[in-house]
Amino acid sequence: MLYRTSGQFKTSYTADMALFPVRQDAILLAIILAFAWVILPLTASEFAFQTLLIPILIYSLTAMGLNILTGYAGQLSLGTAAFMGVGAYACYKLVTIMPWMNPVVAILMSGFFSAGVGVMFGIPSLRIKGFYLAIATLAAQFFLVWLFEKWAWLYNYNASGAIQVPNLDMFGVTVAGPTADSMTQYYVVLAIVSLMTMLCINLTRGTLGRTWKATRDMDIAAELIGINLMKSKLTAFAISSYIIGVSGALFVFMWRGAAEPNLFDIPLSFRILFIAIIGGLGSILGNYLGAILIVGLPVILNTLPQTFGLPISSATVEHLNIMIVGSLIIFFLIIEPHGLARLWALIREKLMIWPFPH
Amino acid sequence: MELLNNILVKPFVDMVEAPDFLMQVLWEGLVSGILYALIALGFVLIFRSSRIFNFAQGIMVVFAALALVGFHQLGVPAWISVILSLGVMFVLAVSIERVVLRPLVGQPDIILFMATIGITLFLIGFGELIFGGENKVMITEELGIPTGEFIFEPFGGFLLLEQKDVTAVVVAAVLVVALLLFLNKTRMGRAIRALGDDHQAALSVGISLQTIWVLVWFIAGIIALVTGIAWGARAGVSFALEVIAYKALPVLMLGGLESITGAIIGGLMIGLLEKLFEIYWGQPLLGGNTETWFAFVLALFVLLFRPQGLFGERIIERV
Repeated sequence: MLYRTSGQFKTSYTADMALFPVRQDAILLAIILAFAWVILPLTASEFAFQTLLIPILIYSLTAMGLNILTGYAGQLSLGTAAFMGVGAYACYKLVTIMPWMNPVVAILMSGFFSAGVGVMFGIPSLRIKGFYLAIATLAAQFFLVWLFEKWAWLYNYNASGAIQVPNLDMFGVTVAGPTADSMTQYYVVLAIVSLMTMLCINLTRGTLGRTWKATRDMDIAAELIGINLMKSKLTAFAISSYIIGVSGALFVFMWRGAAEPNLFDIPLSFRILFIAIIGGLGSILGNYLGAILIVGLPVILNTLPQTFGLPISSATVEHLNIMIVGSLIIFFLIIEPHGLARLWALIREKLMIWPFPH
Repeated sequence: MELLNNILVKPFVDMVEAPDFLMQVLWEGLVSGILYALIALGFVLIFRSSRIFNFAQGIMVVFAALALVGFHQLGVPAWISVILSLGVMFVLAVSIERVVLRPLVGQPDIILFMATIGITLFLIGFGELIFGGENKVMITEELGIPTGEFIFEPFGGFLLLEQKDVTAVVVAAVLVVALLLFLNKTRMGRAIRALGDDHQAALSVGISLQTIWVLVWFIAGIIALVTGIAWGARAGVSFALEVIAYKALPVLMLGGLESITGAIIGGLMIGLLEKLFEIYWGQPLLGGNTETWFAFVLALFVLLFRPQGLFGERIIERV
């Protein structure tokens, strides 16, 4: 009833291929955007900003970067966290060498460094496929984290070996650092994430996206119809690493405030992969759904025992958390291997013909 | 010139000048190589028979070792706790097959891979809940493993072999031989290999997929227990052990995902080379701790020339 499409006629191919072929999709998105831009910031508490809103946005962006590589171009990568680290360290060097630089510009520029590193580690993908490639990306993961630790220039020869985000101003407002306001940071993150999402949606709908999908579905066949595999795979690596790098910079500058090398260790990589897979590979919406689930779930689980007044120690809660997250991953994979985005697509289809399915 | 000398000449001069130290380094590398090979064997067995890239092998090692120590702490005699932990691994194998694998039959590889990561997380949480997160001491002496040392003096130098390491090497060798005999000479073993060669053909001659999967996961569990005992005797039992699972991955790349020989030779190669690199190049030139990434980078270079690993099945693609 709410999703009735009757009366919406398409008279041209362009109209059929438009971003919102169904009017209700546009309305739904407008409502969500209104929530994200106006209602949530007005009502959210400091706790909600720091534990839910900002991390969900940043993780969605990272997962989107990974999804371009794994979901659209079919190259499985386990080195996501290391590329986030490249973005974060590049951003740190940029703002400490050139303190006058606009922080948002610095964050956007740091993505280029991780894109470069990403292309370098993407070159083996031209010869290696499947799980062999996945393990090969682990080489990037372990090597880069080691480099963050040993190359003292990266963290300005700090005694602690960690990077601390300094106070950064943009147009007279502090946007990063210890004194920055959560709401300002939220808006910066939201703006960048919205921009990137728009970019990704259009990229994946265009020529480049179709080349990626062809490469993913069967690379030999793609080559036969005239797709340059090298170009297709390396652009996927470059764009995916760019987005991941930007999200890594946001991760440290807009959320964590400080970072040490082992923050970018392999569990973070897996976390992002979970988000992308549970959300749905080869979908943009899925990244958001996955991030909401993976970030939100532990927060809810942590508060549950308190609300019910159960006498469970925080260590036990932590262990139960890991267990429950693990079982939920298996559960979601069993009920819908194509992810939450597919679940939403099914619901939407059902809604279109509801209440008369025949 | 100074740098070239440090990279190309000095390490070899060091090796020749102190042959006893070199032998010590090689021995250390060999022992860790054997353990990497054992973990890789668990991976290969499961991959061959079900195309599942079993990420949970590392946590199975930890879990088996923790169960063993846990039973002993309850007052069970050492050898009976070994049997009990084997029982635990069997229950684990059955429940993984029932709960996780059976509903996911026929899904794409990456989904099954993710499911094994899910199993890993579950086992981490479950293990910490039951056994606690602190480091435990492996019950080396109670199991009758000698803890003394063999001391040799080759070339007028000094070489120290710990007896528990020697035991680990011997046990690993026996296990590998037993496994090869089992796979090649018994009915069950042949069924496992048949399933690895062609799923549908194996099913059509009446091989039960479910039985074989439980069997394979149980064998992986046995291997995990042996690895857990051997590694635990060296470094104690804790969840940090899980990271050695990552070390088995370059071994798999180097040896090929399907090859048992490859897993063994790859494991030994990586164990030896990474120790040599760390001692002679990593520590003096790169600030040490190169063991975290050296194996991966080495495997990556090998793969650039042989995309299926040294012993893997040739990848044939049809459109």
